[in-house]
Amino acid sequence: MIGYNFAYLDEQTKRMIRRALLKAVAIPGHQVPFGSREMPLPYGWGTGGIQVTASVLGQQDVLKVIDQGADDTTNAVSIRRFFARTAGVRTTTHTADATVIQTRHRIPETKLRDDQIIVYQVPQPEPLFRLEPSRVETRRMHGLADYGLMHVKLYEDIARYGQISISYDYPVMVNGRYLMSPSPIPSFDNPKMDRMPALQLFGAGREKRIYAIPPWTEVRSLDFEDHPFRPINAPHACGLCGATDAYLDEVVTDDRGGRLFVCSDTDHCAERRAAGHVGAEGMKEAAE
Amino acid sequence: MRLMLRTESLAKTFTLHLRGGLAMPVLRDVGFDVHEGECVVLAGPSGAGKSTLLRSLYGNYRAESGRILVRHHDTMVDLATADPRTVLAIRAETMGYVSQFLRVVPRVSALDVVAEVLLARGVDPDDARARAAGLLQRLNIPARLHGIPPATFSGGEQQRVNLARGFIAGHPILLLDEPTASLDAANREVVVEMVREAKARGTAIVAICHDEEVRDAIADRLFPLLPLQDAA
Amino acid sequence: MSDETLLSARGLSLTLGSVQALQTVDVDLWPGELLAIVGESGSGKTTLLNVLSGRRAPDAGAVWYRDPAGRLQDVHAMPAPALRTLHRSDWGFVHQDPRQNLRMSVSAGGNVGERLMAQGARHYGSIRDAALEWLEQVEIDPARIDDLPRTFSGGMLQRLQIARTLVTHPRLVFMDEPTGGLDVSVQARLLDLIRSLVSRLNIAVVLVTHDIAVARLLAHRIAVMQRGRVVETGLTDQVLDDPQHPYTQLLVSSVLNA
Repeated sequence: MIGYNFAYLDEQTKRMIRRALLKAVAIPGHQVPFGSREMPLPYGWGTGGIQVTASVLGQQDVLKVIDQGADDTTNAVSIRRFFARTAGVRTTTHTADATVIQTRHRIPETKLRDDQIIVYQVPQPEPLFRLEPSRVETRRMHGLADYGLMHVKLYEDIARYGQISISYDYPVMVNGRYLMSPSPIPSFDNPKMDRMPALQLFGAGREKRIYAIPPWTEVRSLDFEDHPFRPINAPHACGLCGATDAYLDEVVTDDRGGRLFVCSDTDHCAERRAAGHVGAEGMKEAAE
Repeated sequence: MRLMLRTESLAKTFTLHLRGGLAMPVLRDVGFDVHEGECVVLAGPSGAGKSTLLRSLYGNYRAESGRILVRHHDTMVDLATADPRTVLAIRAETMGYVSQFLRVVPRVSALDVVAEVLLARGVDPDDARARAAGLLQRLNIPARLHGIPPATFSGGEQQRVNLARGFIAGHPILLLDEPTASLDAANREVVVEMVREAKARGTAIVAICHDEEVRDAIADRLFPLLPLQDAA
Repeated sequence: MSDETLLSARGLSLTLGSVQALQTVDVDLWPGELLAIVGESGSGKTTLLNVLSGRRAPDAGAVWYRDPAGRLQDVHAMPAPALRTLHRSDWGFVHQDPRQNLRMSVSAGGNVGERLMAQGARHYGSIRDAALEWLEQVEIDPARIDDLPRTFSGGMLQRLQIARTLVTHPRLVFMDEPTGGLDVSVQARLLDLIRSLVSRLNIAVVLVTHDIAVARLLAHRIAVMQRGRVVETGLTDQVLDDPQHPYTQLLVSSVLNA
């Protein structure tokens, strides 16, 4: 596209962001400040993720963008089109075909490989944000690995609700050192981060922070010995593909209380159906 | 008989800074010995410095000059120059003090006021309370009062709680300040008996006692003190 | 009885603006000892407490702490993480206003358990048991373990703060006017509680108070401060019954029945 540098950002900015990324990879889970640029979309729509993607994207890369697991939502479509235009890179909806995956609020069900990079859009990088309002204090807590307060929050959950009630953005310890927000992915996805072969990058545009998890790094969800971490999912099978091990979205189908549970990962669901898997809803359709 | 307590050239002057530095000499060149099993009663008119001497012996008042030698763990320690922690150790293990008035601690029962002394030495709590109860009974404090903080007790009752507290630990040296002042005849008799028993165990006692009958009953010797103005 | 001090300070001086807040102050504290620092407001008591606890650096002088391994640590030369670790395990700090220390939006149990969790306790059941036990120790109904502190009275808040502080069995606790601002009857209960806990657990305490009666009841030794100097120090009953320094005499004579 004429008038823009490759992948929209100028090379100086990309260099600055890459430096931040290198530092972030070197200190897994540590939040590195960076000079977040104004992007042609509002905060909260993935400005941090886009800047990170723009900085790691090369001409040979194949890009996939998902929003809540879906490739076909407005946000995902817009960002995919943005990079197709400004970088001319190939795009895909197939997880296995992508080299760079930008995501909002999900990790694909298909296992990622060591030649892939996943870029998370992060609204609030500070896991202690709700517990300790002072940034000076949270920085000190990270510096000293003083994370008792996070466990106080988990304690309070168990005392009040009988279990840890965090269902998304469930805090993790990275490499046994830094407490980190996994971005608002469902806790169901947390185990996928542990020792993931792919490089995981996190960008928070409004908060101007980048952090990263290098491949094969230990990522542990916080818990208590007697209240171990349990990923939460709806106790159903996907209505379309019958999957029982994928994260499900609940879809209201009519105004008479009809509901349908379907895979949140649309690519995963489509691939399974293409391979011949059928869920309860699909069977009904076939019968009609 | 072993020497338990000795003062040498003990002097005490109070300097009242709020009265323009007025100096009030109370004790000068006081020297006396107390041996095992002996009771020395300080004698003299009021103002002679009996209480001041007794308080100095306990380390409650600071000696201005001279020495106060106390047999503590079989060595003579100079209380006048000992550091605070040594003084506390001497008070815990060697020297007991029965003041005229009980200093009441809020919310602590009479029983625990007495047992506390033993607890501080590591005596088993049940054992300590049993012994405290026994001693209170002997001093005619009925069991129904044992669980009550002594703040509401009469003067005589408070003094008997104080006596129990002073006698329970069996300190080798005991200082008694008017131990029977507000007691009736029957309780006076109990106290005299307790002092005799303590002496028989070898306790060295220094007492202030205005009651002649009691004094005659417990004193082996009198140590006379005179007001310094008169002595001069 | 150990001959080694737990905490020693030598030659502490600090100037705040034009005020000599501390002038060559020495302090020694032995294990299990309760030292009261008394004086009027502005005499430097609280500043001294902050310097002793490493919260504020002096202009001159040093504070030494003997750690559980018996090594002397220069409090103001310690790396921040080590000092922080000390503050959340081996030391405690009880503020006059418990709200400064407590988390008002966290339940009583969470407040008591926090220091345990900060030390790495990861068993919910045992953290809760410890919290229940400590609520009982400080005479708060264990049934209130899940209540928020904002529903507690002033005296209860102060007792909750003490439970929160003592749960890790610190060897040294700094207290800044712990009974200030409480009703007299509530004060008495709290004093008695502090007194029995401290002696039972053999905790050393540096207690700052302007209330001589509080010092008399709790402290083994007392240090009297005036204008940034310790003008008199010694056994509590000795200093209060036979004060030597003009300022101490004034202080003692101004109080009824101290």
